[in-house]
Amino acid sequence: MLGQVFNLSLLQNTIRTATPLILAGLGGLLTMHAGMLNIGMEGMILLGAFFGVVGSYFFASSFMGVVLAVVVGIIIGVIYGFFVIELKSDEFIIGIAINIFAGGLTIFLLRSIFGVKGAFSSPGIVSLPRISIPLLDQIPVLNTIFNNHSVFVYISWVLVVLTYIFLYKTPYGMWIRAAGEYPEALETVGVRAKRMKYISSIACGVFCGFAGAHLSLGYLTLFTENMSANRGFIALAAIIFGASNPIKTFAAALLFGFFDALGIRLQVVGIPSQFTQMIPYLMTVVILFIVAKKHMMQKKKVQKEEGAIQ
Amino acid sequence: MGQDMIELKGVTKQFPGVLANDAIDLSIEEGEIHAIVGENGAGKSTLMKILYGLQQPDKGEIFFRGKAVKISNPSVAINMGIGMVHQHFMLLPSFTVAENIVLGIEPRKRSIFMDYKKAVEITQDLVRTYGLKVEPQLKVRDVSVGIQQRIEILKALHKGADILILDEPTAVLTPQETEELFVVIRKLVKELNKTVIIITHKLQEVMALSHRVSVMRQGKLIGTLETKDASEQIIAEMMVGREVLLEPLEKTTVEGKTILEVNHLKSRDNRGLLALRGVNLHVKEGEILGIAGVEGNGQSELVEALTGLREIESGEVMVFSKNLAGKSPREIRESGIAHVPEDRLITGLSKDATITENMMMGLHDQEPYAKKGIHTNKQTIRQRVETLIKKFDVRTPSQDVLVENLSGGNMQKIVIAREFAFDTPILIISQPTRGVDIGAIEFIHQQIVEKRNEGCAILLISAELDELFRLSDRIITVYEGELTGTFNNGEISKKEIGLYMTGKRKLSKEGGA
Repeated sequence: MLGQVFNLSLLQNTIRTATPLILAGLGGLLTMHAGMLNIGMEGMILLGAFFGVVGSYFFASSFMGVVLAVVVGIIIGVIYGFFVIELKSDEFIIGIAINIFAGGLTIFLLRSIFGVKGAFSSPGIVSLPRISIPLLDQIPVLNTIFNNHSVFVYISWVLVVLTYIFLYKTPYGMWIRAAGEYPEALETVGVRAKRMKYISSIACGVFCGFAGAHLSLGYLTLFTENMSANRGFIALAAIIFGASNPIKTFAAALLFGFFDALGIRLQVVGIPSQFTQMIPYLMTVVILFIVAKKHMMQKKKVQKEEGAIQ
Repeated sequence: MGQDMIELKGVTKQFPGVLANDAIDLSIEEGEIHAIVGENGAGKSTLMKILYGLQQPDKGEIFFRGKAVKISNPSVAINMGIGMVHQHFMLLPSFTVAENIVLGIEPRKRSIFMDYKKAVEITQDLVRTYGLKVEPQLKVRDVSVGIQQRIEILKALHKGADILILDEPTAVLTPQETEELFVVIRKLVKELNKTVIIITHKLQEVMALSHRVSVMRQGKLIGTLETKDASEQIIAEMMVGREVLLEPLEKTTVEGKTILEVNHLKSRDNRGLLALRGVNLHVKEGEILGIAGVEGNGQSELVEALTGLREIESGEVMVFSKNLAGKSPREIRESGIAHVPEDRLITGLSKDATITENMMMGLHDQEPYAKKGIHTNKQTIRQRVETLIKKFDVRTPSQDVLVENLSGGNMQKIVIAREFAFDTPILIISQPTRGVDIGAIEFIHQQIVEKRNEGCAILLISAELDELFRLSDRIITVYEGELTGTFNNGEISKKEIGLYMTGKRKLSKEGGA
């Protein structure tokens, strides 16, 4: 039975299920660096998934699906930025508002555009292309795990590297981090902190649009109500676990993806789905608990050291 | 000294409730060290923020090398060659020294990548040129405050600053670091032909460093002097002086026994430096003890330590022979100390609450205003507040008005009404008339004297020498957290006391207060 769970498809599934977490995680860590805790990623992913289907279905092109998902992502990113940066609204409330709005809007549009309830699937939805890497198909194990994934799997890996370079190796990334750490310091050297915050917020919308399009057009080609299934929040957990570092967040997203995949595999061997579906969320709680505990210990240690100096 | 580099004409800036800058005319000459002095809230920082483009003036013109300019944001100022070292450093703690120095104008390779190696080289070059030693690769959070200031100066110089504005640069420095900073400033001016504007309220620094000094008070520029023609006394009078002739207030009580006694009190400021270095003082019944000192010499920390708002490192606070050191603010209040804090908007009042709520703070859970500490009795509360409003002459349409809608004088009267009405044997009053109009000042002074005449022991801290001389029975001077003198009122002139306030003179009888 163990062989049915712990096999190559578990790893293959991990890579698939981790991808939306990686994409949303990258977007969220950009806003995190710019000083905004974005909990609206959940809604951004959901809208991306829906409009990905809309674009793909009406233009008969998965590319147009992605374009539409990204456009909506940009719009939501601007709205989030406008409220949080310009109007200085509470970022939690705006995040929650986006999530509720996305849930309601997609249900409403599902009925009014497609005339269905709950889910929409059709042969007319064009799925995203799968990529077959030429030489990899010669190597048996790696081929199963890494090859023939949907295009966003590979894009997400490239984006991890690009985001890392952007944040730590370019002046613009420096400005984003500075805008989050001490915006006044950035303003006094003549760089607009607000602009950097907007850029991060919009980038987050785009990345979440990718994540949504991957969900609805990557492997399955359908949209179901609430199909983001809290991935925005798990991505947030990955960001916190990964200390907002793209590489570490990537690793954390893979870990959470693994538990997601594990849940799916366990279902195959007959363990009740009510239990298996719990696993990724349960592990998120456990890991966040460990992170918090570690953080507290560090704080105590620092306090102790400072006390010793005085 | 050269020609006018910057000229301000009629620069005016209004904030809600205060005129921060009132038609300021000021000229800065090339190659000079120009000190701008004034008490807190005199408008110095606002003026410099206008010059650096962080604030826009409501009225007035700015000329740069004879040409009218509009400094709409810091980039414009930087391009003109103005650099500013802020009082609160504008450095990113998690970034390295080199990254902080090049922030905003980073060296690049292939036009989009940050050239960190080059940034380190630039920093090393700056260190060599200006002789300000910093370690380029360290994180800013790991270096001392003195070094952080050097980084700020280097950052400004790297951006091509010809004019450096230093906002209270010595406020965070140790005496040694201050000395080093002065050496650097003199070198910048003499050898590298820079112009320096230094904002401060420490007069000895003005005398030691500047060529010219401009004095500000309550948003106005009182005058500009050649430093060699000025003295600390003259500048202090210009800074503090308030040309109001006030009637003498009579003392109708005899002093009784000592009820507040402070022994060897030591406490640290927010930066962890020793702000009180073993303070001894005592206050008797029916006595007002005034504390004179240039701001920032430990007065605020003293008040906070006595009222339980600041940790006491060692020493005693004896009230009726009971040591209150280390007790909570509430226990201290219950032991008989009421407190009018120096800043009514931060610690004195809740400006989003009504007059009634503010006046009942501290009594809100006591009989008869709250039954069993829970159920509030609206009727008795309203009666009490009504009485206090009348007695303390608070001008308001109703007691349900939010405090933020009142004038500074009326706000201050609310704090005073609340604290005086506790009827405690000891009162600690800090800056009772700061930012208050003259009519209200007179009223508040009368109330304070009346309290004294009732037999209250009062500790009065004020930046206004006039106020101290008018109200105090005895005055002690503080300088850098130590007492430098104690005098019966009438024993010493304002001019003379300035010497004790600036540490130039000290009474040898240690702890005589």
